[in-house]
Amino acid sequence: MSRPKNQNYKGHGLPKGKEREQRASIRFKTTLMNTLMDVLRHRPGWVEVKDEGEWDFYWCDVSWLRENFDHTYMGEHVRISHFRNHYELTRKNYMVKNLKRFRKQLEREAGKLEAAKCDFFPKTFEMPCEYHLFVEEFRKNPGITWIMKPVARSQGKGIFLFRRLKDIMDWKKGTAGKKLTSLEAQPARNTVNPSGSHDTRSSEDQKDEIPVENYVAQRYIENPYLIGGRKFDLRVYVLVMSYIPLRAWLYRDGFARFSNTRFTLNSIDDQYVHLTNVAVQKTSPDYHPKKGCKWMLQRFRQYLASKHGPEAVETLFSDMDNIFIRSLQSVQKVIISDKHCFELYGYDILIDQDLKPWLLEVNASPSLTASSQEDYELKTCLLEDTLHIVDMEARLTGREKRVGGFDLMWNDGPVSREEGGPDLSGMGNFVTNTHLGCVNDRKKQLRQLFRSLQGQKKTPN
Amino acid sequence: MLQEESDLSLIIAQIVQKLKGSNLYAQLERQAWASLQRPEIKLESLKEDIKEFFKISGWEKKLQNAVYSELSVFPLPSHPAAPPEHLKEPLVYMRKAQGSWEKRILKSLNSMCTELSIPLARKRPVGEQKELLNKWNEMGTDEPDLSLFRPVYAPKDFLEVLINLRNPNYENGDSLSFRTHLGLIQVPLKVKDIPELKEFFVELGLTTGQLGIDDSTQVPPELFENEHVRIGQKVLTEQDSAAAQQYIRQGSPTALRAELWALILNISSHPEDILYYEQLKTNVIQHDLLVDSLIYKDVKLTASNDDYYFVFEDYLYQVLLCFSRDTSVLSHFAYNSASPPKSYIRGKLGLEEYAVFYPPNGVIPFHGFSMYVAPLCFLYHEPSKLYQIFREMYVRFFFRLHSISSHPSGIVSLCLLFETLLQTYLPQLFYHLREIGAQPLRISFKWMVRAFSGYLATDQLLLLWDRILGYNSLEILAGKILAAAVFAFRAVNLMEVTSLAAAEAVLADLSTLKVMPLLQIFLFATVT
Repeated sequence: MSRPKNQNYKGHGLPKGKEREQRASIRFKTTLMNTLMDVLRHRPGWVEVKDEGEWDFYWCDVSWLRENFDHTYMGEHVRISHFRNHYELTRKNYMVKNLKRFRKQLEREAGKLEAAKCDFFPKTFEMPCEYHLFVEEFRKNPGITWIMKPVARSQGKGIFLFRRLKDIMDWKKGTAGKKLTSLEAQPARNTVNPSGSHDTRSSEDQKDEIPVENYVAQRYIENPYLIGGRKFDLRVYVLVMSYIPLRAWLYRDGFARFSNTRFTLNSIDDQYVHLTNVAVQKTSPDYHPKKGCKWMLQRFRQYLASKHGPEAVETLFSDMDNIFIRSLQSVQKVIISDKHCFELYGYDILIDQDLKPWLLEVNASPSLTASSQEDYELKTCLLEDTLHIVDMEARLTGREKRVGGFDLMWNDGPVSREEGGPDLSGMGNFVTNTHLGCVNDRKKQLRQLFRSLQGQKKTPN
Repeated sequence: MLQEESDLSLIIAQIVQKLKGSNLYAQLERQAWASLQRPEIKLESLKEDIKEFFKISGWEKKLQNAVYSELSVFPLPSHPAAPPEHLKEPLVYMRKAQGSWEKRILKSLNSMCTELSIPLARKRPVGEQKELLNKWNEMGTDEPDLSLFRPVYAPKDFLEVLINLRNPNYENGDSLSFRTHLGLIQVPLKVKDIPELKEFFVELGLTTGQLGIDDSTQVPPELFENEHVRIGQKVLTEQDSAAAQQYIRQGSPTALRAELWALILNISSHPEDILYYEQLKTNVIQHDLLVDSLIYKDVKLTASNDDYYFVFEDYLYQVLLCFSRDTSVLSHFAYNSASPPKSYIRGKLGLEEYAVFYPPNGVIPFHGFSMYVAPLCFLYHEPSKLYQIFREMYVRFFFRLHSISSHPSGIVSLCLLFETLLQTYLPQLFYHLREIGAQPLRISFKWMVRAFSGYLATDQLLLLWDRILGYNSLEILAGKILAAAVFAFRAVNLMEVTSLAAAEAVLADLSTLKVMPLLQIFLFATVT
């Protein structure tokens, strides 16, 4: 990887010159009917187009993308909310492959220590093609718990825990298993038909077709960090504006999602204990909608600081930065970096009792439905700031390091919190420009930003 | 001079008496005996040598802290010939009011008991005991049918009692003048005015660094924060209670807070303390009290529904159930105007030999009681430590928030202080709200009774409670001061409302407020 020159003067990827003319109105399209619709409708100068109208901006869902992206012509200025082959990052089996390959490469180039920084993903095996490798690993570690997850489904559907091979023998005999046995001989990659994350077809339908439902078997993290005796995971938002070069922004807010019941390894059948998605928790008999079972990240960060001290918290959060960056780097060469595309990812992170963060998965379409007033605020602000960065209105200079609640985390290289370029010597006081769980005074920052942008426009260059 | 000296010797005698019965005394004695082995202790200068040893080994500090602790709770000096009731509450009409309020509560509790045919207390069958023991760490998963239980009282019921409080010796005439107090509380108690408050809370002044203001992102940490943290660490190493209390007036750094509070409250986790807690736990397992159901209901209604405290639900049961059985709490009634309710063994009504305190700790929980404990769960994770801290906070501060007394930190004084401040410094607002039937106290009362728990964001709340500990006074609590500051802050909006409901709406959400700037502005930056 080459080192860029004059890092601090590098823009974050906005086209220059006459391409950035201001448009009278921006035509948007989306099928999502939640906070996103509210945000889009309230944005000054943005007009909704329906059905077959021409659009400048489309917040699409992945199934549309799959079917239409390749045949759609998009003008220079047009933006769309997904990368064509995002599934390289967001489907569990692909992500594992990409990460493993990246890790090997790092080990070759920079040694074992550097490669070890990629060990944030619990040992995972693709099913069915890595079944035998899995069994080998399984036998080496008797008694530990494993989790089986379908690669392409979301909201906790289809996931179960097991400790004995016998348990998956049973599963093998079931619907999913039939495909497993039939495909065990073939390499999974080419035959895969990436199904959308919002696949709502029932398992009955799936039996009739021959869709390939791949699973991954993953080592279950048995010592999660508990608060109030409950397990939780963190949802963090990362906005990627381009892959080549890699430009990624980290949103300061996010939340911790709690399981409603107390954590114990005794009841691995109890979905409600182990799965922290709100969708699953909502069906739990204990669930009270008023509760929401979420903590904002600021609260979580304060709690940890008062328990473990600020240094330990700094380390944890910089380990999480490492996860975001490495995971994106691992798919950098594989994802088709189309300048029309951007993507807002929802990262799911689990913390264990040693304060080590683990990557559970990356979501290309994180839920934008609000579960409470606070949640609504968060998602609205998140989307507003996303649109600010996408910058259809051509207001930004391209040299900003912070827009609202987003901090520029990676700009073809690390971004320093301080002014000026990063300390390329590798040592020294390099502090990354990330503020996860910190104060988010976005309104104030946006006011200052846009005011200064106005000012700059008036003065001729 | 002489009077002062004799007062002082009286206090010293009382403290010595108190400490003689404590753990610390036994430990000091043991240490003194053990120290005889040491070479530096010589027979000729035994007394001085042992004293020197205590100084070096830190035991003197512990004694100092214990004495300081006693002094903090010690009631105001009174005449040596004053009867014990005076220690509880010097004013007769207040005592009477508290007495009749207690009668009402107890009546309500008894009638609930009779209606539901549930005994006040019963021994659990062995099977049930086992079950409870298994579930001890997750009592929140229990969903007992609590629909028939209702809280014994809610803050607004208590407010009605306070509103009707009158001093029979006081007659302020029929004519209204500009000095007439327009608020709800109509008792003539002395409360501090702003100049006095400024003096009392001098460390909160504009020129002194504060956590909660000067640690914000715009202020470089070198200006105040770093030094403050360093001093905090030093205070902790020295283990000096009094220094910690002084230090915390400027706020406590997040990482040091748990230890600082424990130091100020003089809580250390000795094996005896843990054993005591375990004993209480056993009491809970063996006997079921009616009060337990009230606690369950309260937790489910308040803390469990809170966006942030719901996570700590289980800890709340573990603390509150043990709390109701803790008879050591009874000792605080010596300086609390309230008295523990008495109950009689079945069939022996009126016979003193068969009277017991009910609940064993003498404190009947009301709606919102569990919110006193909830913020502490943020700081302490070990149940017995959490328990000790809560108990100490209760017997030093929280009890004053729901008993009728003339103490300057008592709820009556706090309400009066609030209303007076508001009427004096925001008369237009006060008058307007009164006209539309939205007496400010009706809105702010619930904040004050709960010490703002559940109304402010946790980090702000903890900064506020830092100052309660630092000044050993609740006056800041919403202390009417904060409540007044909040009203002042939202004054513009409030001037426009036309109903109580609307006023409540304006003030409903305090979660975005920053406590310290509000306080500073109100106290130090308002034109007096």
